[in-house]
Amino acid sequence: MYTVREAHEGLSKKEFSCHELVQECFDQIDRVDKTIHAFLAYTKEQAFTRAARIDEKISKGHVLGLLEGIPIAIKDNILISGVQATAASRILKNYVASYNATVIEKLEKEGAIFLGKTNLDEFAMGSSTENSAYGPTKNPWDTNRVPGGSSGGSAAAVATDECIASLGSDTGGSIRQPAALCGVTGLKPTYGAVSRYGLIALASSFDQIGPFGKTVEDVTIVFDAIKGADPHDSSSGRASADSVLPHLSRGVKGMKIGIPREYFIEGIDADIQKCVDDAVMEYQRLGAEIISVSLPHTSYALATYYVIMPAEASSNLARFDGMRYGHTAQDTRSLIETYVRSRSEGFGAEAKRRIMLGTYVLAAGYYDAYYKQAQKVRALMTRDFREAFLQVDCILTPTSPVAPFVFGEKIDDPLQMYLADIFTVSANIAGIPGMSVPCGFVMRDGKELPVGMQLLGKHFDEATILATGHAYQQTTDWHTRRPSLTSL
Amino acid sequence: MALTQKDIDHIAQLGRLECSAEERERFTKQLSSILEYVAQLQEADTAGVEYRYQVDGLENIRNADEVIQCNADVRENVLRAFPDNVGDMLKVKGIFEE
Repeated sequence: MYTVREAHEGLSKKEFSCHELVQECFDQIDRVDKTIHAFLAYTKEQAFTRAARIDEKISKGHVLGLLEGIPIAIKDNILISGVQATAASRILKNYVASYNATVIEKLEKEGAIFLGKTNLDEFAMGSSTENSAYGPTKNPWDTNRVPGGSSGGSAAAVATDECIASLGSDTGGSIRQPAALCGVTGLKPTYGAVSRYGLIALASSFDQIGPFGKTVEDVTIVFDAIKGADPHDSSSGRASADSVLPHLSRGVKGMKIGIPREYFIEGIDADIQKCVDDAVMEYQRLGAEIISVSLPHTSYALATYYVIMPAEASSNLARFDGMRYGHTAQDTRSLIETYVRSRSEGFGAEAKRRIMLGTYVLAAGYYDAYYKQAQKVRALMTRDFREAFLQVDCILTPTSPVAPFVFGEKIDDPLQMYLADIFTVSANIAGIPGMSVPCGFVMRDGKELPVGMQLLGKHFDEATILATGHAYQQTTDWHTRRPSLTSL
Repeated sequence: MALTQKDIDHIAQLGRLECSAEERERFTKQLSSILEYVAQLQEADTAGVEYRYQVDGLENIRNADEVIQCNADVRENVLRAFPDNVGDMLKVKGIFEE
């Protein structure tokens, strides 16, 4: 089916109506989502009401904006007023959002149409969607395998043409890793580029909302729509609302692309490495200069992340106390019992693990050794990137060290699951933008599985990584391949 | 850093959680192995490193201390989400033990 650009042109030229476009998405959902399970809820009525309004505008000769009438799916940890927002947790099972996230307000203003809410690991904690309280999403390329996570539903929905683009959130790789595993393009913007108002918080100093699309151009169009400063999120104060789209075709000739030596670790899948090496060669062919750079503190990235993230998560999840909204335990005798039972009944295993881990590293006696030390290493890692970006315009790495894994393979060993994020967490630690772009396939059990490369950029310089990814997609066709889905 | 089941109970209590016997055993093992992994941070030379809790360089941003009216729909939605209420007021358990 269509990219944002193609759907926009089809609507503008009246090749199909907005109603037909939305219907086509829901038909595809009916066909595949029983198996794929990308969605947790649909907003069908609202979608068709909006489509009718767009069709009326078209009939009156109105010139459509790029996102006007475009069907988009939203991760279920982003609030749409009047629609469920479960964050894939039992504790928010019957919760209906009281207000709109800023990104939702912005997309509504652009005339985008919401199809529904997509699946995720509970509270965005995970790399496989296996932590969803409502069952996992399946990888569209091989339904025995995970789609990645935490935004697995948003990635799978784009890969299966259930929607044209989608929104996810990325705290340690939750947009880029599922984008790689599902064969779509996904952008984690600079920390502070997009307002987090109305995003159910995981780790507030890492979280960012970002788009999934079939092309870098689509991701850029959605990013342009959602970015910008927002008085409701003070960390967005430096965000620019200027459009990146006009800069997309500037090419990579003469551009300096850095390859960090520390990212070629033992344990990276050799076939994935080959795909990424080929992409590097393609950039060379396109006239980019490839430069070896060093990010000396890379080996501490995961340890740093798995101290600070649970510390922030345990604080953020303290608000789920059974008092004002969400699950409340019944027949309790005291306030404290209500807290403990509501939380113990409502949270899944990974949420509990991270609350306990975060509580531990923040506890008196351990704070200096764990939390403070991690913050210092974070400062060193940020400096590493600043120095590398003095030599290069962007950095290229694999997105995931492994191909999509089989369900159950890592779920009982949290540390193994955490290692899936080894190439992505650094961008969140340093607050820089990162994007995953499809760059090849590997064969596993007779099935083709997609591979992604990661492009990292300077703070607030999404334009460079988007233009770099776009240049690659002009001369390669990995991003145009779709899973067959015929057996579903 | 190996944790004991007693440590787990203590952390759980601080986090307002309770663990079943099975969970206590599983979390003891899993959290110990995660803590052992993150302990490598101790090897990093961080002498003299200045740090902040944010990497964006922003300083505290303060809003004027003014009461802002809530949108009527939002207010209605918030009230509707209360698990228990008396009119427009949220009803909670007493904070003092009987």
